[in-house]
Parts: sequence; structure tokens; C-alpha cells
Amino acid sequence: MLEVTDLTVAYGPIEAVRSVSFTVQAGTVATLIGPNGAGKSSTLNALSGVAPQRCGRILLEGQDISRWSVHRRVAAGLVQVPEGRLVLAGMSVRENLELGAYRRPRTEVAADLERMEVRFPILRERRNAAAGTLSGGEQQMLAIARGLMARPKLLLLDEPSLGLAPLLVRTVFEIVTELRNSGLTILLVEQNARQALNVSSFGYVIENGKIVIEGPADKLRSDPAIIRTYLGQGV
Amino acid sequence: MNLFLQQLVNGLFIGSVYGLFAVGYTLVFGVLDILNLAHPAVFTLGGLTALWLVETAGLTIFQAFPIAVLIAGLLGLLLDRVAFAPLRHRADTYFSGLISSIAMAIMFESVALGVFGAHTVRFPANTVTPTIWRFAGITVTSLQVEIVLVAFLLMVGLTQFLKHSRTGKAIRAVAENERMARLLGIHVDRIIAFTFFISSALGGAAGILFGLYFDAMSPDMGRSIELKGLAVIVLGGMGSIPGAIAGGLAFGLSEVLTVAITGTSNLRDAVAFAVLFAILLLRPSGILGRSRMREA
Repeated sequence: MLEVTDLTVAYGPIEAVRSVSFTVQAGTVATLIGPNGAGKSSTLNALSGVAPQRCGRILLEGQDISRWSVHRRVAAGLVQVPEGRLVLAGMSVRENLELGAYRRPRTEVAADLERMEVRFPILRERRNAAAGTLSGGEQQMLAIARGLMARPKLLLLDEPSLGLAPLLVRTVFEIVTELRNSGLTILLVEQNARQALNVSSFGYVIENGKIVIEGPADKLRSDPAIIRTYLGQGV
Repeated sequence: MNLFLQQLVNGLFIGSVYGLFAVGYTLVFGVLDILNLAHPAVFTLGGLTALWLVETAGLTIFQAFPIAVLIAGLLGLLLDRVAFAPLRHRADTYFSGLISSIAMAIMFESVALGVFGAHTVRFPANTVTPTIWRFAGITVTSLQVEIVLVAFLLMVGLTQFLKHSRTGKAIRAVAENERMARLLGIHVDRIIAFTFFISSALGGAAGILFGLYFDAMSPDMGRSIELKGLAVIVLGGMGSIPGAIAGGLAFGLSEVLTVAITGTSNLRDAVAFAVLFAILLLRPSGILGRSRMREA
């Protein structure tokens, strides 16, 4: 589904991501884990086209999209749910969902809205409320549901569990699992390495802008170096 | 008492023109956080273009109005392309955009000066043949009623458009968070260009109505409304469309009431701006302004 080769992301002279290569197989979840500032979000943003890509190749279903505009990538099915529960706070819940489907034919939107509101009942209950008045967990549901409204082929999830209470973190990972089981391809960026590896089939560890370890998720879960650094003791 | 009522009615007429002007002004500000200081110049060119269409091309005002509004909108696209878009990704874009919009204003004014000369011009006497109505000691002309109707139709139309249409929602999304809008697949540059088109079209429409109402236009007529328009959008709350409408009416009313109460027009602007000052003391974000939340 996604094949990234030698991707470098640079903000002026500062290279946030240096020559990383990875792939995401169709119908699977791959995860990028690593400490704060390692270049995880920069990688996702370069895939979406909102971070400056210096060099490298991004193939989506075999097509090089690295020079495409952001909206063209979204239309092609590469959709990002950004970090920090980024909802349009002043607009209603309903409008946020509608804007998720901005690139899609209007006739299909109504049925998808219905589907999202059935899946996430809170979004139906609060449909006319300003998105900014939702709780943190509700905003994350909205952000994910809005991403799904675009009917993604590849969903980029940036730190979906960040700043949520433990119970909600579990809910978020349940949703990710559910999406995976429905056949959606997902690239997940997480600091919560344990949970991320539990739902993924393949994992990449990124440090200082470089991929340092990669492998099947179950292998990474038992890798001593990863256990020490990212999973903590007693695993 | 009748004079008072008459002035209230007059305030409504001029206030609706101020409101229409300010709505376009504040729309661009709401989306880009930049003041488009060429807006008054577009206002002038809108009015003068309509005049040219009536006087030289021989159209009726009802034909000239939509064409001149369209031309004003195209001037907005030009403004975006020349004065704003090239500076958009600079760190000092707020300041440099302001400066380049002043440059565009000067150029637009020079064009107006070159084409129409430095004197006051007016629509030919038979452009509109208003009916005059008198009741309860108040005089209202059909022209005034038409001006208010057109102004309100445009303002209500804009409000509904922003609220319900797909493009309107995209404009609001860009206004709220440009990066997020991009990630949703919104073609942000196109939305911004379209915002300039709408804003300038409304500014041009205000210029035409202003020229018809005061029966006088000149290449520097934008100057007379420049500061008032700014005061109106500050009064209403920066970036707020309903605020700009309310602010326009409040400003128009305070102007004419000052004249009615003091008996002279000497204090007109002073009182209007004093009202602005007083309201901002009480409500620093304007009548309908919300304190804007920003990311840290």
C-alpha cells in the first residue's frame, strides 16, 4: 500500500527525518514508535504533504505521490488524523464530520454520516454542539470519525492516545483494532509503544530521525533493547 | 421628534452601506488575519466602474450593478494574486501583506484618478427615478429603500452561504485552522482566492450604493469610509460577520444622531469614534467578538 524510500524531511538546515525507508502492507497496521521529537510526526506530515520533504520517494499503491499537493493526496485516500485531537473547535460536530468528506461526492456523504453517528453515538447526541465543547476523549473520537469520513485507503494516526485517561486510551486502541479487522490499512504513530505494538503487525523504532530497529511487532515486543527503552520493566 | 425619527431612518440607510463595506473587510481578516487595506480602493473602483457602465456604455443601473460587482470581485482575485499570495509563506506575512495592500490601494486610486480625473462625478440624473414617500413627517425615497434591501440581501446571502454551503464551510475551516483545513483536503489557496473575490465584490457593491446614496463619487471616496470601516469591524468584533453588520448600523446611527442632537455635523466623526472607544472599553473584543483562542 505504502512504500517509502530514503525520505528526508528538513526544516531549513535542520533535518528532522533522515533517509528513512519503510513499508505498510495493505490491510495491516504498521507503527512508528520512538521518543518525543524523534521525527515521527514529521514523517507523517511529509506523507500528507504538509512538511517539507527534501528527498526520497513515497509510493502509494505504486504511484509516486511525493510531489502531489495535500488535497490530491487526500483525494487519493491518504488521510491523516493529526496529533492533539485537532478538531475545528468553533464549528459544530456535524460540520467537522462533513468537512472530513470534503473531497468526496456529496451524494455518498449522508450514508457515511449516518454510519459514523451509529458507531459513535456521542457524535449524534452532540451533533450541533461546537466541537471545542466536547471532552478530550470525545474530540479524539470526532477526529478519528472525521478521518474515516474521507474513506481513507491509508489512515495515518498521529498519537491518538496522547493525553487521554487510561480508560479512553483503551477505547482508542479498541477502535484501531476494529478498523484493522475491517481491513483498513493504518500507519500508527505512538509513544505508547506497548499498546501500539499489540495492535500492529509490523513496527519501526525511530530515534533522532533515523529508523534504528524494525521488525514484526511480536518480535519487537520481545526485543530486549525495546523492552528496556520503550516498554519498561516487568514485561 | 420627527427630525429624530428621520435621522434614525437615515442612520439605517447609511449604516447598511457601512455594514456591507465592513462585511467584506472583516471576511478577509477572519480568514487570513490580515487587514486588506486596498478594500476601500476596491469600494471606489466598484462605484466608478458602475458609473462608467451607466454613463459611457449606456447600461441601466440594474445591468451595471452586477457587472461592476463582478469586476470588483475580479479585482479581489488580482489583489490576492499580486499583493498577498507571494508573501503568504514569509514569517512576516502579516506585516508585509499589510504594506503591499497599501501599495495596491495607491495603484487602484491612481487608476481611478487617471480614468475619471480628480473631480467629483455623479450618476446621470435619470439613472434612478426615485419615488418619494412621506408619512408621519418622515421622508423616505424608493432609492433609499432599495439600497437597504440590496445591502441586507447581500449580507444575509453571505451569512447563509458561509453557514450552509460546502465552500462556505471550507472558508470557515480555513479561517479557524489553515493547517487542519489542508489536511482535510481543502484546496486552501483556492479558498483564500475565492474569499478575496467575495470580499471585494461586496466592497464594490457598497461603493455603488454609496455613490447612489450620496450622489457624489471621486477617486478618493474610499478615504471617507476607510477609517469608518475599520472602526465598524473593530466595533463588531474582528472577523465577525454579524458583528460587522451590527457595527455598521451602530456606526451609521451614532453619526446621524450626533447631527440630529447637536444640530451641526462638526462633531459627527468625533462622537462616532468616541462611541467606538467607549464600547471597546466595556467589551474589548467588540460587540459580537469572541476572544480568539490560539494554539500556544
